[in-house]
Amino acid sequence: MSHHIIEVKDLQYTYPDGTPALRGVSFLLTHGETVALVGANGAGKSTLLLHLNGCLIPQAGMVRIGDFPLTRKTLPHVRRTVGMVFQDPDDQLFMPVVYDDVAFGPLNLGLPQEDVEERVMNALSIVGATHLKDRPPYRLSGGEKRSVAIASVLSMAPSILVMDEPTASLDPKARRQLIHLLKTFTHTIIIATHDLDMVLDLCARTIVLKEGQVLADGPTWEILQNEELLDSGHLEKPLRLQGCPRCGGERECP
Amino acid sequence: MANIESSFLDVSYLDTLSYQTTIIHRLDPRIKLITTLFFIATVLSFGKYEIAGLIPFVIYPVVLIALGNLPIAYLLKKVLVAAPFAFFVGIFNPLMDRAVLVQLGPLELSGGWVSFASIMIRFILTVTAALILIASTGFNSVCMALEKMGAPKSLAVQLLLLYRYLFVLGDEASRLTRARSLRTFESRGLGFKVFTNMIGQLLLRTLDRAKRVHLAMRCRGFDGEIRVSRPLKIGGRDLGFMLGWSGLFVLMRLYPIPQWMGGMVAELLK
Amino acid sequence: MHMADALISPTVGGAMWVVTAGLTAYSAGKLKENIDDSRVPLMGVLGAFIFAAQMINFSIPGTGSSGHLGGGMILAILLGPHAAFLTMASILTVQALFFADGGLLALGCNIFNLGFFPCFLAYPFIYRKIVGERPTPRRILVGSLVAAILGLQMGAFGVVLETLFSGISELPFGAFLLLMQPIHLAIGVVEGLVTAAVVTFVWKARPEIMETAIAPRAIKAFSMRKVLGGLLVITVLTGGVLSWFASTNPDGLEWSMFRTSGKEELEAPQKGVHALLAALQEKIAFLPDYSFRKSAKEEPEKAGEAQTRGKSTKEESWPAVSVGTSLSGLIGGLMTLIIAGFIGFGLRKYQGRKR
Ligand SMILES: Nc1ncnc2c1ncn2[C@@H]1O[C@H](COP(=O)(O)OP(=O)(O)OP(=O)(O)O)[C@@H](O)[C@H]1O
Ligand SMILES: [Mg+2]
Repeated sequence: MSHHIIEVKDLQYTYPDGTPALRGVSFLLTHGETVALVGANGAGKSTLLLHLNGCLIPQAGMVRIGDFPLTRKTLPHVRRTVGMVFQDPDDQLFMPVVYDDVAFGPLNLGLPQEDVEERVMNALSIVGATHLKDRPPYRLSGGEKRSVAIASVLSMAPSILVMDEPTASLDPKARRQLIHLLKTFTHTIIIATHDLDMVLDLCARTIVLKEGQVLADGPTWEILQNEELLDSGHLEKPLRLQGCPRCGGERECP
Repeated sequence: MANIESSFLDVSYLDTLSYQTTIIHRLDPRIKLITTLFFIATVLSFGKYEIAGLIPFVIYPVVLIALGNLPIAYLLKKVLVAAPFAFFVGIFNPLMDRAVLVQLGPLELSGGWVSFASIMIRFILTVTAALILIASTGFNSVCMALEKMGAPKSLAVQLLLLYRYLFVLGDEASRLTRARSLRTFESRGLGFKVFTNMIGQLLLRTLDRAKRVHLAMRCRGFDGEIRVSRPLKIGGRDLGFMLGWSGLFVLMRLYPIPQWMGGMVAELLK
Repeated sequence: MHMADALISPTVGGAMWVVTAGLTAYSAGKLKENIDDSRVPLMGVLGAFIFAAQMINFSIPGTGSSGHLGGGMILAILLGPHAAFLTMASILTVQALFFADGGLLALGCNIFNLGFFPCFLAYPFIYRKIVGERPTPRRILVGSLVAAILGLQMGAFGVVLETLFSGISELPFGAFLLLMQPIHLAIGVVEGLVTAAVVTFVWKARPEIMETAIAPRAIKAFSMRKVLGGLLVITVLTGGVLSWFASTNPDGLEWSMFRTSGKEELEAPQKGVHALLAALQEKIAFLPDYSFRKSAKEEPEKAGEAQTRGKSTKEESWPAVSVGTSLSGLIGGLMTLIIAGFIGFGLRKYQGRKR
């Protein structure tokens, strides 16, 4: 088995209406890494993520997950390996009640009833949402929806988690809880986000996309210090790394 | 559906009611569905001039409302709101059918009035029964019941998805109307052009959402079929409910109970 | 407009249920043949869209009233007949359950009136014929307008026929028709205009959507004659079976509208008007055939027997309707209500204590 669990090589994608979204993206990911994917609106983050579990098939270039290059044939395997958490949980939670939604994946895998039940309860307890199991998704708060959406992916036991803007529209507390939760995961995680403070907390490595190309790829700490780079990627130093708003100094005010 | 925004509130209120755990709520949804249908069919099988025979049937909604802890005033209000069509068609009966049918002392009632009253009683009974079904069972369980009873799976899945996204799209639509009403003055901006743009936008967003939902389904192994695992079990209590009520309905259909009671009272008075 | 439970007889409601069930199964089967699984979420979400779109309305100039989107036609255009029919069935089911629009027994009628006509007749035979393979805004406008108007006219006619056959309403056929068709002409015009405008909007903004909506369904596998023939057979069979059941079971549940409305008796020449009135009277438990005094002497149970079974006794006593008879019915009815109220009150009390 290869050391790299995800390999993306010269990936290109143009939407049917002619918008070029990816123009030659390449990177490698190893087991257990947590990587942030940042960049301006429309930089191509979501499009890239959709390739990682075969929602989109590469038009040119290659995506390899584990030992398999992504093609229509390997799709079922890839979908089992890569779990995708969508930006809007309302898109992801389509079943009548939380339990059914978390069970949707395992049932499609053809697991027997007891295994399904075990997986569902296990996934729900990881995200701390067992008490929500009989609730319909439209009766959940934004944070609860997000947790359940993550559980619905965890129940398929993927080894790679792909998340699109997981902290969007979460309140500070829910956001903090989510960060703590993600910290406990041992999966390989790739997160597309605008929340650079979370990146700082969570991801050792950051990939910056710009206009469908990789602008930078390296340790988060270095990238987030490089103001020139951030500026050209339409980004901004996380607040925590900026000077104190009261005294302008690098350290906190006493 | 004059005021659809409040209709949405209604849906969500009825939905809330269905999360209780009373003895009625715990019954198997199939049993409740069948019993409700049987109730409606029995009520409607009476002749068009029937009034007294229909009255004993109130016992069914009354008992279910009481045991199911349902808000009676709210249900009655909903029944009234739905009444116009039956009312306007029914109100022609007194005009058309003027033969005197009942004489209460000096008061003469034409057949038309009697059949009109009968229509309204039927209306109240059948509509209440349907509302009670949904308030005590919940839409999702009714769908499961339909599917288990042999309705095509694709229909059941449609119903579930429709209900799920009713809330999401309802929110979106009310945001759109709110945004419009904040910027319209004296019905300027409420015209056809703006309207179709709004509907068009909503439709485009809906189509995009459908695409994203489909992706989300595919990502979790969707292959065209939705599997719902919810074992339903009919127990003795459920059977008792169904057989008991059905038996009672048949009895009430065959024997004029109010008549007997009236007779007994007359006996006592004498 | 939705058909209401209170206005239909079990025979008509049941027959229409069977017909609609058949159409649903047929559509579901057709849908299964289609490999495109993206249709599954699309239908559900579009069904919800129809509800949501009805929240948005526009003011109709000069009338002071407002209009909104109805649904059937636009669904057919976006989804094709089979998927649109299933979606319409779902919408009407939700309306029946939550908004008491129509009713459970009338659901079959409503799905037929508002689903079958626009999806299986107006769309393939009017809209598609007018718009053709290469749509233009004008063709879309004309096609939607004509299809929506005719679809709704057929639906309204369906309501009239179902009401007529049920025999609960006294409204004469002609008058009802004159009432329903013009109203639905207006509704149809609004519906057609809105449909055309929205379809054109989508067609301009995202032409690829309309193309996929049109392309894969050159309604070739769709044989209208077979469907209509099947429908006719189903309707006649169920109607026949139900009426047969009703006519052989005169003492049991009266399922049949013929008996219910007393029309059969009307046709029987030897009986005449008096017999008809007697038959009517028989139906009114309000009108017992014993007077106040007499009933006091009789055993109540026997009176009940006579009420349901004894046709002959009734015919004799007609038309002597006295104050006493009606009064006993009235008192009985009131008592039933009061007792029911007490039972409800007691049960609720009991429930409350338990909790
Ligand atoms: N369905 C689509 N059809 C056509 N073009 C699209 C579609 N989705 C995205 N695009 C275009 O592709 C480019 C990349 O979009 P993408 O959604 O991947 O950006 P993103 O980095 O996720 O942006 P954001 O931060 O706003 O989520 C954009 O120019 C966008 O306009
Ligand atoms: Mg994005």
